[in-house]
Amino acid sequence: MSDSKRFLYVNRKAPHGTVYALESLEVVLIGAAFEQDVSLAFLDDGVFQLVKRQVTTGIGVKNFAPTYRALGDYDVKKLFVERESLEERGLTEDDLMEVTHENDDEEDVSSIEIVDRARMAEIMAAQDVVLSF
Amino acid sequence: MSTLHTVNKSPFERGSLASALAHALPGDAVLLIEDAVVGVRAGETAAAQALKAAMPGCAIHVLGPDLAARGIAADGVVDGVTIVDYGGFVDLAAAHDKVQAWL
Repeated sequence: MSDSKRFLYVNRKAPHGTVYALESLEVVLIGAAFEQDVSLAFLDDGVFQLVKRQVTTGIGVKNFAPTYRALGDYDVKKLFVERESLEERGLTEDDLMEVTHENDDEEDVSSIEIVDRARMAEIMAAQDVVLSF
Repeated sequence: MSTLHTVNKSPFERGSLASALAHALPGDAVLLIEDAVVGVRAGETAAAQALKAAMPGCAIHVLGPDLAARGIAADGVVDGVTIVDYGGFVDLAAAHDKVQAWL
């Protein structure tokens, strides 16, 4: 693990209207096989990707939202959501789906951490690689 | 650890430039390319104001060929903004630890 790098996937677009959100999720799942230090960032319209109760049957596209809940099984445990982006869109943490992973004590704990914009900037700065979607 | 932030969407249509500037840290650089270059025209625009406000901490660059393609004169950009060519783009990418694209 000494040669593992810090990867951040930055998600800034709403789901379903474009393919960015689905593509990001697919790359995250593929990348998870390489045992890197992976984090996901959700800001701007990207926060809509994690809103619960998405129903896509009426628009005829695959609903990939439940897949976020599987990220913990792929050792992807850090989902950072920007507080200002939520507030600007009238959303709160309660509007987001539950995404959890198992900690060392085999307890399910939330993978989602709400961070302010300044903290998000620090998280971005601390990465080795940033992949934007 | 410094970052080169690239922005390629018009600030009059999208929030990408505002987001990039809001997350850039002192010592970082921002490079406007493609449609984003329309934001560097000097004048009383929100984009020009935002670039001026960011410049004490962040270097702002713009890709010359994209400026020329959109009829924006080199002497018509916001004071302090540096115009670079494709080679300069490469130099900027090499001079920072990573590149972050604000799509």
